[in-house]
Amino acid sequence: MYKITEDEISIDALYKTVLKDSHGAVVTFAGVVRDHSGEKRTNYLEYEAYTNMAEKKMAEIGDEIQRQWGLDDVAILHRVGRLEIGEISVLIAIASPHRAEALAACQYAINRLKEIVPIWKKEVGEDGDYWVEGPVSASSKM
Amino acid sequence: MKVKLLFFASCRNITGTKELIWDVSENMTVGEIKKEIAAQYPKLASMEKVLSIAVNAEYVDGSIVLSDGDEIAFIPPVSGG
Repeated sequence: MYKITEDEISIDALYKTVLKDSHGAVVTFAGVVRDHSGEKRTNYLEYEAYTNMAEKKMAEIGDEIQRQWGLDDVAILHRVGRLEIGEISVLIAIASPHRAEALAACQYAINRLKEIVPIWKKEVGEDGDYWVEGPVSASSKM
Repeated sequence: MKVKLLFFASCRNITGTKELIWDVSENMTVGEIKKEIAAQYPKLASMEKVLSIAVNAEYVDGSIVLSDGDEIAFIPPVSGG
């Protein structure tokens, strides 16, 4: 399941979507809004997505995981809109028969999401607001 | 031909809009429309090296030729997660 949502994210719900009887491990990763960015205090974040392409790219990450680790039960949920400190921005849940594959695939999934999925974060802090943008183009990571 | 341009994040701040319908000639490439839009919005020109373009939700390089009705997204460096 690969979705962009405006709703608050529930770990429990996503966990349940990937778990099957054949699995001995479920790994979840939650990206959470931090109260600072470098030295500066963050008041809140705003996330924006190119929704249909973001969902497509998240599904492609699922395909990459299937090819590399043989795992079918992968879910990625990313929230957009205004997010307060402590709220979950992204949740990844991956299930596998044994823990090694799920652990490795989960680390891969969040790193990959941050390279290629068209979602952007705006920092709103004590100095005003700005879109967080790195020094490299997303397409160069494909 | 008409294409739909989509602007996200800082690109949207620069152009002032999420979406524009744009007239293009037959055989226009992604590279050419990128230059044309950058000429209209100089601040986009300064991001040129890090700006990705997606046509119909796929990243493309500058050589791709546009078709009528294409959706062309201007994608600044991403920061999801």
